[in-house]
Amino acid sequence: MSRIDVSIEHKGAPEPQQGKRHANTCPKCESHYRDDELEQTLNVCGQCGHHFAVPARTRIGQLVDEGSFVEEAAELRSEDPLGFFDLRPYAERLAEAELKTGLGDAMVIGQAAIEGRGCELAVMDFTFMGGSMGSVVGEKFSRACDGAIERNVPLVSVSASGGARMQEGILALMQLPKTVAAVEDLRDAGVGLISVLTHPTTGGLLASFASLGDVLIAEPGALMSFAGPRVVQQTTREKLPDDFGLAESNYRFGHVDAVVPRAELRATVAKLVRLFSDAR
Amino acid sequence: MPGEAELRLRERLGKLKNAGLLRGARVSGELERLQRQLDKLEHEPTDEDIWRSVELARHQDRPYTLDYVGRLFEDFFELHGDQSRADDQAIVAGIARFDERTVALIGQQKGRDIKERTRRSFGMAYPEGYRKAMRTMELADRHGFPLLTFVDTPGAYPGVAAEQHGQGGAIARSQAAMLRLQIPTVACVIGEGGSGGAIAIAAADRVLMQENAIYSVISPEGCAAILWRDAGEARKAAAAFKPDAAHCLELGVVDAIVPEPAAGAHSDHDEAARLLGESIQEALNDLDGVPGDDLKRRRRARFRSLGVFA
Repeated sequence: MSRIDVSIEHKGAPEPQQGKRHANTCPKCESHYRDDELEQTLNVCGQCGHHFAVPARTRIGQLVDEGSFVEEAAELRSEDPLGFFDLRPYAERLAEAELKTGLGDAMVIGQAAIEGRGCELAVMDFTFMGGSMGSVVGEKFSRACDGAIERNVPLVSVSASGGARMQEGILALMQLPKTVAAVEDLRDAGVGLISVLTHPTTGGLLASFASLGDVLIAEPGALMSFAGPRVVQQTTREKLPDDFGLAESNYRFGHVDAVVPRAELRATVAKLVRLFSDAR
Repeated sequence: MPGEAELRLRERLGKLKNAGLLRGARVSGELERLQRQLDKLEHEPTDEDIWRSVELARHQDRPYTLDYVGRLFEDFFELHGDQSRADDQAIVAGIARFDERTVALIGQQKGRDIKERTRRSFGMAYPEGYRKAMRTMELADRHGFPLLTFVDTPGAYPGVAAEQHGQGGAIARSQAAMLRLQIPTVACVIGEGGSGGAIAIAAADRVLMQENAIYSVISPEGCAAILWRDAGEARKAAAAFKPDAAHCLELGVVDAIVPEPAAGAHSDHDEAARLLGESIQEALNDLDGVPGDDLKRRRRARFRSLGVFA
């Protein structure tokens, strides 16, 4: 059987991307923005509504009252318990990530106020080793729960993570029950957890605290699946639906309470913080 | 270089040697077990040892959950279904008698032949399976039955339907349910302790691990595919993330290593079951008489203490 020549269909198609796309170029519609333009739109594409990734500190700035954030446990650093070495040592990857992001690990926690109401924050940063959860992320989340209990204020978590951090081996897996145990203590104390899931929240994150909020909010287009699309495809050879694992699909199947565009996120979180504070 | 686990073991050994006369036969049994564990720890497993564990943990003749259930329990009654959608046969659950008392049990179940393997999804559970597990945990809690779990899964099932039915949330809620229980709970990793699919039923008061079982955050092949960009480098990946029992004990992830027959559990199912039964018995005895509230508090504290940071 001779092959059909389909090259004609590619005439006039855009050249395939060479190398890396600029961080300010929309991966969906190719619109490009200056830093100050993105800042004004809360890192959302003005053309197609694509939600760009948001670094932890920027996210905190978008969500909380100006000047109200007081960071906690900023000094925590991973200890490389296995002396892990793949193509490069884990210790080197950690140091590089810290230089790149200015963060000690993939989560920032602290006290803050949203529209005047106190809350505790636990915000992840995808740019730090894919937001992966190792001992430090687990410990910070655990302390954020304790902080919320101590001050009797709701905990707002914002996740952005590919899952557990392989370089910490089995201890990375143990961060799942660790954070779940912390949430259980939070629940026993009657303190609310508002979980915001942003792109991506997959693997061990979805299988631990991110799924355990009293209320679950997702950003539009966020991938939130336990197994990634590639793994599912390779393992099962199933044809994946176009919206596989996306926030909208999870909403349809009843796994999140709301899909909230970033422009409305602050108001929505503020309302929930208010509701959970007034309940007491 | 003595690790912290080794020092802990030595301390316990020292205490037991002195207490031997006071507490009788049980102590000497534990003494022997601790000595064996110490011997294992004294020489750090080599990369070859680790890979041998990976192979033995996946050995096609290795005893599975139901092989142990048949040998260790009486009056087993199997519970089917999540009472909502389906009966996921990758997980078996039930109630039975163990040492003169009723216990509840949950375990992943692989299959022996291709037909059974397909029916049981190779021990990879859907959310329905974890909901069956949760239902069993709650039953046990209502009646004060100790809960025993048998962990043996390559991981939770990665499929479109599994995601649509809420795989991540089900695994999270299963751990949460386990961390709420006010009954003694013992988990044993009897083969592959594969990632989230494993921890969903392993958040227990005592976590045991068979000598040749593995317990890991990702499969060696999966890790190799991501970090080495080549699934063929699975051996290197396993050597790097160390999923073997000795390392899990050293990191405080498991409380004790359950010995296997010299050639591995697959060589003698009866003996493997006897040794496992002994360890479960010991673990349950340790937890006997502890008030439910304390069990829950200590269990949470145990998991909240895991991690290495500065």
